[in-house]
Amino acid sequence: MESLLQQYVDLYYLQIVILIGINIILALGLNIITGVTGQLSMGHAGFMSIGAYTSAILATQFGVPFPVCLLAAGLMAAFMGVVIGIPILRLEGDYLAMVTIGFAEIVRVVFLNLEIAGRGMGLSGIPAETNFSIVWGLVIIIVLLNTGLLKSRPGRALYSIREDEIAAEASGVNTTLYKVIAFGMGTFLAGIGGSLYAHYLTYINPGNFGFMRSVELLNMVVLGGMGSIPGTIVGTIILTIAPEVLRFVQEYRLLFYGALLVILMIFRPNGLLGDVRWHDVKRYWSRWRKTWIKKGS
Amino acid sequence: MFLQQLINGLTLGSTYALIALGYTMVYGIVQLINFAHGEIYMFGAFFGLLLVLTFDVDIFLAIAGAMVFCMLMGVLVERIAYRPLRGSSRLSALISAIGVSIFLSTFMVLLRGPNSTSYPSSVMAIKTYHIGSIELSSLQIMILVTAAVLMIGLELMVKRTRMGKAMRACSQDLDAARLMGINVDRTISFTFALGSALAAAGGVMVGVYYNAVQPYMGTMAGLKAFAAAVLGGIGSIPGAMLGGILLGVLENLGIAYLASSYKDAIAFGILILVLLIRPQGLLGKATTKKV
Repeated sequence: MESLLQQYVDLYYLQIVILIGINIILALGLNIITGVTGQLSMGHAGFMSIGAYTSAILATQFGVPFPVCLLAAGLMAAFMGVVIGIPILRLEGDYLAMVTIGFAEIVRVVFLNLEIAGRGMGLSGIPAETNFSIVWGLVIIIVLLNTGLLKSRPGRALYSIREDEIAAEASGVNTTLYKVIAFGMGTFLAGIGGSLYAHYLTYINPGNFGFMRSVELLNMVVLGGMGSIPGTIVGTIILTIAPEVLRFVQEYRLLFYGALLVILMIFRPNGLLGDVRWHDVKRYWSRWRKTWIKKGS
Repeated sequence: MFLQQLINGLTLGSTYALIALGYTMVYGIVQLINFAHGEIYMFGAFFGLLLVLTFDVDIFLAIAGAMVFCMLMGVLVERIAYRPLRGSSRLSALISAIGVSIFLSTFMVLLRGPNSTSYPSSVMAIKTYHIGSIELSSLQIMILVTAAVLMIGLELMVKRTRMGKAMRACSQDLDAARLMGINVDRTISFTFALGSALAAAGGVMVGVYYNAVQPYMGTMAGLKAFAAAVLGGIGSIPGAMLGGILLGVLENLGIAYLASSYKDAIAFGILILVLLIRPQGLLGKATTKKV
């Protein structure tokens, strides 16, 4: 599969497609926390870096095979997520945002000072295991599981916390438990994404996981439409490709990126697909098709 | 040693407090974390530098000029990027603020390059006084006094003037304030102007104090000031002042006695610990949810 792809697809495009897949996994994780459950987390890059470093350290210094590294990265990030989540999920809205920012910054500074993580130099020589089929295979599995989750009873409980926490609690939803579960699942995906990212770049340093990375991931979720899986995927694709497409404007790239965020939010305040309902789309489609068939006959 | 660190911490903390006030006032009224605030602070530092380089003004004129410039800028940013989003979800306004922040810092990189520049030494004659074992420079005294004057001025404005009353009314209930005949749009613009002016003053003073001004200085300063505002209880003006000063002092003591390489982690570590014990911040009021 890989050699076939490399034969027919330009390497540059293949790399962007892999990066899109990794970002989708990361953004879907954040979508569970922020989009679905409504808990604003601005430190997703911190959990991503925990996964990336766990995987990289296991692979380079202990020679652990990649699938084990991947799983360990997810579990480690989820473990940290739950440990930090239990106390901080009592906090509301913007206090939670601040604490997650703070946590991510602390993680970054710790990796900057940790001997085994290579300090500021970071880790290099991580085996390049991430490829198209692994990333997109995982994307398909995660999207399927995620869709199933959101349609299930626990999924609806998560949505209910976003809509109205008091009403959810009154209806018998154990909000604290579900918030921690959402945080655990979201950070698990962050760890998986981080591990894939580390084995894709083969070189990581704490600078890869700064505040801007968390912000980028949050942009993907909000831009596409909060809590919607297709929305998150569309948002991720647009925001991963945007910097590449904007290469022609060279140093003005980030200027356009910033302006793009403002303009998109002003014209689509609920995100691109945030207020689109699929049965509406189907209805429009069938109506449009009927009129088209009438005209044809 | 301890007193020395305390004074350094107070100096740093009073600049944090100046920036944190902008976050807390805006948050108190429109519930928006204004992520572009750090960039306004950075623009203030650069505009002060521009005034010093072109007109050779002294530091007080530079501060005043930067404050006026950033006032206009704050109002403009609110008008373009936040006002159209006032009715929609708070996260969209947040993303818009992040967009503005990226736009402004990139704009400055394009204008001046990513490297740091310093204020010429002519901006202020710095004398150092020795009191016992403590070193105190005239610059530190100037920063402490200016910050104190600005904060007292703000407190008087909020407590004694009509506009201040309007601001307090808006922070309690935006709709009720509008029904009472308060021009809500103008009050919000005024709040942005006030917050941006304080940040600009902080920017110029930090630029002179650390002798470095660069386009990315707003990000970390903004995050720390936001942490300070949350520490004091977001929405509370005295809270922002207390939070800023406390954070500055504790950060300096932490660097001196613990480990300097963990500098950026200390502020956030303190913040998390405080929030775990007092989730509403030091001076914030615990609100009960009503159904």
